[in-house]
Amino acid sequence: MELTTIWFLLVAVLFTGYFILEGFDFGVGMLLPVLGRDDRERRVLINTIGPVWDGNEVWLITAGGAMFAAFPEWYATLFSGFYLPLLLILLALIARGVAFEYRHKRPEASWKRRWDHAIFFGSLLPAILWGVAFANILRGVPLTADHEYAGGFFNLLNPYALLGGATTAALFLTHGAVFIALKTVGDIRDRAAALAVRVGVATAVLAVAFLTWSLTIRANTAAIALAVAAAVALLGGLAAAYARREGWAFIGTAAAIGLAVATLFTALFPNVLPSTLDAAGTLTATNAASTPYTLKIMTWVAVIFTPIVLAYQGWTYWVFRKRIGVAHIPPH
Amino acid sequence: MDALDVARWQFGVTTVYHFLFVPLTIGLSILVAILQTLWHRTGNEKYLKLTKFYGKLFLINFAMGVVTGIVQEFQFGMNWSDYSRFVGDIFGAPLAIEALVAFFLESTFIGLWIFGWDRLPKRLHLATIWAAAIGTNLSAYFILAANSFMQNPVGYQINPDTGRAELTDFVAVLTNKVALITFPHTIAGAFLVAGSLLVAVALWHLIRRPDSTDTPAYRFAAKFGSWVTLISATAVMITGDIQGKIMTQVQPMKMAAAEGLYDTESPASFSVLTVGSLDGSRELFALKIPYLLSYLSTGDPNGTVSGINDLQAQYTAQYGAGSYTPIIPVTYWSFRLMIGFGLAAAAIALLVLWSQRKGRTPTSRWLLRAGLVMPLLPLAANSFGWIFTEMGRQPWIVFGEMLTRDGVSRSVSMAEVLTSFTAFTLIYAALAVIECKLLIRYAKAGVPDLTPEPDPDDTDDAERPLAFAY
Repeated sequence: MELTTIWFLLVAVLFTGYFILEGFDFGVGMLLPVLGRDDRERRVLINTIGPVWDGNEVWLITAGGAMFAAFPEWYATLFSGFYLPLLLILLALIARGVAFEYRHKRPEASWKRRWDHAIFFGSLLPAILWGVAFANILRGVPLTADHEYAGGFFNLLNPYALLGGATTAALFLTHGAVFIALKTVGDIRDRAAALAVRVGVATAVLAVAFLTWSLTIRANTAAIALAVAAAVALLGGLAAAYARREGWAFIGTAAAIGLAVATLFTALFPNVLPSTLDAAGTLTATNAASTPYTLKIMTWVAVIFTPIVLAYQGWTYWVFRKRIGVAHIPPH
Repeated sequence: MDALDVARWQFGVTTVYHFLFVPLTIGLSILVAILQTLWHRTGNEKYLKLTKFYGKLFLINFAMGVVTGIVQEFQFGMNWSDYSRFVGDIFGAPLAIEALVAFFLESTFIGLWIFGWDRLPKRLHLATIWAAAIGTNLSAYFILAANSFMQNPVGYQINPDTGRAELTDFVAVLTNKVALITFPHTIAGAFLVAGSLLVAVALWHLIRRPDSTDTPAYRFAAKFGSWVTLISATAVMITGDIQGKIMTQVQPMKMAAAEGLYDTESPASFSVLTVGSLDGSRELFALKIPYLLSYLSTGDPNGTVSGINDLQAQYTAQYGAGSYTPIIPVTYWSFRLMIGFGLAAAAIALLVLWSQRKGRTPTSRWLLRAGLVMPLLPLAANSFGWIFTEMGRQPWIVFGEMLTRDGVSRSVSMAEVLTSFTAFTLIYAALAVIECKLLIRYAKAGVPDLTPEPDPDDTDDAERPLAFAY
């Protein structure tokens, strides 16, 4: 396999991992005001992701770094072109990350309420905007012949991309509800499970509509197969959630997100950012790539360190595998 | 003001801000790990109390470092896309490796450390803070290697077809002599901050609450912090001295700009303080140490130090017409403030050690006041050091290869970059106020009372509350 193909695959894997992992973090954040009826319950929700959210976010930093190292043209054009959405994502991630750490540092209700808002909006905004961004990547954006973005902000808010945003937000919401059902005990667990099924049905409708629309824009056999598999995984996950098989439900929603992201990347390949303006502006895995020397070094680094990272991150989930409930939340 | 200026201001503000939190994260992670190791080895609860106490301050600071760090990685692509295209083949690799090798380690293990007190065996829990601390320090190396390429590009060639820099020798990039000396200098600077914070907080408790039962813990922290401060101040000076000599070789203009040395001199004297007209044409007042600049730059008291005017003429001949001179008042003063603030912190550390000689307890109000400003001094020194080294490289973004003005994103409008700059400045300012208030609140609260740790092996008690929860 060509080095550029390997790196296209690695970038896709990193974003897939990011959306599966931070997907449920975003879901938990969005559900904070819905499922958390009092401070204790909200603390239960936050603590289901407390030890792991930071490690999950590093998947994004690594995906961004891998894109920069392996496809500098893609990184440069995408990040300068999708300027305002990325700015909003950054501001959201700042407010949300600080909120997790600072919320419990003072007892006042007003203090906590403010950080709860930060967690809610800091989760909702990226959950929508990542969908908008990836839909636009697949759809293509106006690029000049020298790969400069020539559209404005509102160019990115087309109906297809907005459907993409609604889909990712709904997927993360369902994924988060399933995760909460898996990680908690008591009343909150029951409510999360019930909510997962209700939200999940709407999510399935959105996801099927979005993936179908995506495949009409560009498709290949593999992408169609992945899209079908994503839909099946989501429905299977929902069935498991309905049957209160929470482990299987989580595997189902995680697989659905993973397969949906894989669908987009597979449909996109070998392009990385198609141009709707000047065909010469289209960025591909070849014309956006670094030199073979750089890719070779990075491949060695990835081959050695990725398994190590997966091992210790997996171990973290094992250490914090126990369900928690209101009884486990210590007073201040 | 145009989009370029705003993009530069944003980079300056967000980077200096980010680096207010980084030194404490780097230094304090290791110091907290040492405190926990002392507890593990001796069983003395005073060390456990200090671990938990300084650990809390560390985490309040850590969160800010993490969230402001993401901005840094995104910013290269958002505001500096032509720079990213030019150097991506070289510059992206250390960034990606930093994330994969260092940030995962840091972030995953910090989660294990925060929440793991009752979940992990003691030894393993101790290992988690060390893993996080090592990750943090490792990340510094990769990002400094990337920055060093901008100061002294090595291990690359320019592709004549694309006009882009391409990596030819990755080992050369990682062993760039600028990186090898900047790393210890930066780490020592970070420990200067962390040591000072230890001293400041402990001193406040020693002087304000001399009857506290935790006085032995604070005495230890004040002494330990003072020694850390003094040792790291020494290391900062030694590494800074070597760095100055390397800088004179690879970026002679930066050294000349640090001194405001317009004409080549041999031997050159070091100006402690010069008041003159800004264009350097007239000197109104000067306090100088003869031979020192020659020694600092070349190692020889009679060595020749090139002046700005000669270098400007040389660069014009080499790179074509244009100004290759940084803004001299900025480089001149940031260089002096860096050194001055660092030395002031070391001086206070000496006073604190003196005040505790032969078991004495410090009581002086003046010492208390000095102690309270102490952590701000090396923090300012760190900021001025970065302002110096980045402003001293101007007008280059990659020395000798690309001008800063050529690196900016062409597709980003003035309105966009202004929105971004304003948004970051506002949210950063608000968070700074919140963070400082929290740090002061938790610093004043003092070391915690210890509750007996539940046994991690005891799994019967399913309803037992967590030892720590958000």
